This record gives sequence, C-alpha cells and structure tokens, in this order.
Amino acid sequence: MIGLLLAVTRRDLLMARRRRMEALLPLGFFVVAAGLFPIGVGPESQTLRQIAPGVLWVCALLAAMLSVTQMFASDHHDGSLEQMVLAPQPLVVVVAGKVLAHWLTSGIPLVLTAPLIGVLFDMRAQSIVTLTLTLLLGTPILSLLGAVGAALTLGLRSGAALMFLLVLPLTVPALIFGTGAVGAVDAGLSAQAHMSLLGALLILTLLGAPLAAAAALRISLD
Amino acid sequence: MSTDRFRRCAVFTILTPMKTDSSGGPCAGRTGVLAAKSLACRRGRRLLFRGLNLRLDAGSVTWLRGTNGSGKTSLMRILAGLSAPAQGSITWDGLPLNQGDGAARRGIVYIGHANALKDDLSLLEAVAFLGRLQGVDAASARALTALARLGLSARRDAPVHTLSQGQRRRGALARLALDDAPRTWLLDEPYDALDRDSAMLVSGLIEAHAARGGAVLLTGHQTVTLYGAREFDLEPHRAA
Repeated sequence: MIGLLLAVTRRDLLMARRRRMEALLPLGFFVVAAGLFPIGVGPESQTLRQIAPGVLWVCALLAAMLSVTQMFASDHHDGSLEQMVLAPQPLVVVVAGKVLAHWLTSGIPLVLTAPLIGVLFDMRAQSIVTLTLTLLLGTPILSLLGAVGAALTLGLRSGAALMFLLVLPLTVPALIFGTGAVGAVDAGLSAQAHMSLLGALLILTLLGAPLAAAAALRISLD
Repeated sequence: MSTDRFRRCAVFTILTPMKTDSSGGPCAGRTGVLAAKSLACRRGRRLLFRGLNLRLDAGSVTWLRGTNGSGKTSLMRILAGLSAPAQGSITWDGLPLNQGDGAARRGIVYIGHANALKDDLSLLEAVAFLGRLQGVDAASARALTALARLGLSARRDAPVHTLSQGQRRRGALARLALDDAPRTWLLDEPYDALDRDSAMLVSGLIEAHAARGGAVLLTGHQTVTLYGAREFDLEPHRAA
C-alpha cells in the first residue's frame, strides 16, 4: 500500500514538475495577494503587524483552494480515475497519495514563502516563526478538506465555485487557531494551546478526509 | 444464460493447460468466472436493459453487440464494478463482486473509452503507472516489454500528448500485455482508432489471452474476426 501511495505521489509530482507554471500559480497568487495589502492599507507598521496573521492565513487558504479544484479533474477527464477506483488496493491510499502530492506542490511553497511575506508586514521574528509553524500544520488540513470538496463536486458544472462554498466554512477552525496562535505570541502569551488544537484538527482531518473523499469519488463515478 | 441468446461463431475449446501468472502476482493461477444474474440498468429515468444474464467462462471471447445507446458501456461499467446495477447481482468466483479480499479487482481488467494515459508523462511512465495500479510487480520493466509487443518501442519515451489517437489507444491496450495472468478483460471499443495492423496485434493479444484461460468481453462496431468468439446481443434485453 505504501508503494502505491508513493507511486501516486511521485506521478503527480512529476507532472507538476513538467507543468511548472501551473504548479506555481497558487504561490504566485499568495505572494501577489498578500503583497497588495501593505500597498492598500498603508505602510504603518503597527497596523500591518496586526493584520498580518489574518491576511497571510486567508491568502494561503484561497491559494490552496485555487489548485485543489483540479486535484481529481484531469484524472476524471482522461479515465485515470476509473483505473484508480478499480485498483485492488483501497482507493483511500490513492487519495492520500494525491493529497500528499498536492501539499508538497502547493502547501510547502506557501509555508516556505510565509516568512518573507512576514518581513514585508514587519512582523517580529517570533511571530514569523509561529506563523510558519501554524501554516506547516494548517496547509495539510486545507489540502485534505480540499480533496473532499473536489471529490464531491467532481464533474459538476460550476464545481469550483460550489467547492469554495462547501470547503471554506470547514476551514474556519484552522483559520481561527492559526491566526490565534500568532495573536497569542504577539500578546506575550504561549501559543501552545492553539498549536495543540491545530494539531488535533490535523489528526482528525487526516483520519476522516481521505475516507470521505474516496467515498465521494465512488459516488461521482457511478 | 439461455443458449439461444449466444450465437457461437465457432466452437472454441481450450485444450492447453491453464498457465499460472508469470508475474507471481496475486492473481497467480486463478481464473474466476464472472457471472451476472438478472441485471437491470437505469440511467436517469430511463431503464436501459433488464433481466440480463451473462457468464464469462475461462477461455471465452464474447462480443457484446447492441445499437448505440443500448447500454453496452453501462453494462461494462457495471461488470467492472464502477457502477451499481439497478437490479441483479454479479459474482466473481462465486462471491459478490465487491466482497472478498479484492480478488475480483485483481482479476478484472477494464479498459474504457478513455485511455487513462496522462498527457504530461511519457508513454512508458504512463503504462508503468497503470501497471502499478493494477498491482503488477516490476511494472516499468514489464511496461517496456508490453509496449514492444504493441509495436510502440520507438515511441516509449515520447510524451503522451505527442502521440496520435491510434498510438494512444495501443498504449492503453499495452496494459493487457503487462502480464500473462488469466484475468477477465472488459474492453470497451478496443479497436477504436486502430489501423488494420494494430487491430491484428490486438486480436492476437485477445486470442492468446483466451488460449491461456483468460476471459474477454468486448464491444465494437468494427467487423474484426476473432477465432472462437461468440456474440451476446443486448437488444433482446432492452427495456421497452
């Protein structure tokens, strides 16, 4: 099963490498959207520092959603998804492989870029570290929830818009704990509680989302 | 299944002993009989067919015939386990299709209209990945051999998006040559987009598979002669 998971992940990473521009679009969106805020809000350091966690988290969330709509679409279009559903191994392994590839191609670049954007917002070093850690825990949640939404809306007209409506409300807890952790550090408090809750959320999503996405894919293909 | 609904084109008897899976894979030496009983299929509000009984024995090749919209693809998808029938049951080796240890999934190969090859991968990478999905050991090495059997060695490193429709179809059908396991092949329009020579190659694969004890169910509007093939007509089962 691990072999299949790695094979699916490797295949998706290979395709992302061959379509670099497409793979880098979420990152481009994240940088441009977050970069527009200091211009729009003004250069006042205190204001920027205050809005930074929320802005960065919302931009990361929207960037992740942009790419997740395509997670199963091309496999559905060319018939690969049928073969994945018919594979002798559980479909949930294939879904996990695709989610892992999505996180590696869109989540990790966001995590790595976040400190630079944090500097742009004049965040303090400790807040930047906390923000990066929350994104490290939070971006897999976004990929996992996105997979459920993408599977549920597969083949539907206006599926992308519907997916945003379905998934965005589910991401609210991650957004609250993610920004709350940075807020706590800024206020001189410990971010441990927020981080623990974010970690628990990740474990919960890890356990439930691949199963839900696999079930949704079977329904979509019937 | 009533015999009058099968029109045998030729008597086809397997005399050769069944070979075991040379891959040593999970399907080794095992041929399950795929049997459908009293199947009915509904698409939207329309009942496509009902009361359909079908049995795919080891060593048999069956042409599924029917006019456009009669439900050939729907039947294929139901037999493969992709869709649920409105009524009836399907068994693999006597067990319900989706139960057991996944033996049915290992024992059935379905190739639909879509080729399942990714445009951005090379033909070799794409076929090897399908082999891994199917649970074939040493998929890359076997994909090389399979592509050679389908006459695609020269194009193995070409990106799929640069191939012609016929080459893509042959690439998709190369999955059938990944191993010698006597599985049940469900092939929806396998001759689509193929020229005469390629069609002969595919016919050779199908006949060799049946001779090894595998079973084949295929659709197509082409007039391709397959030794020992029989026909199963969907028309008598169509709902009014």
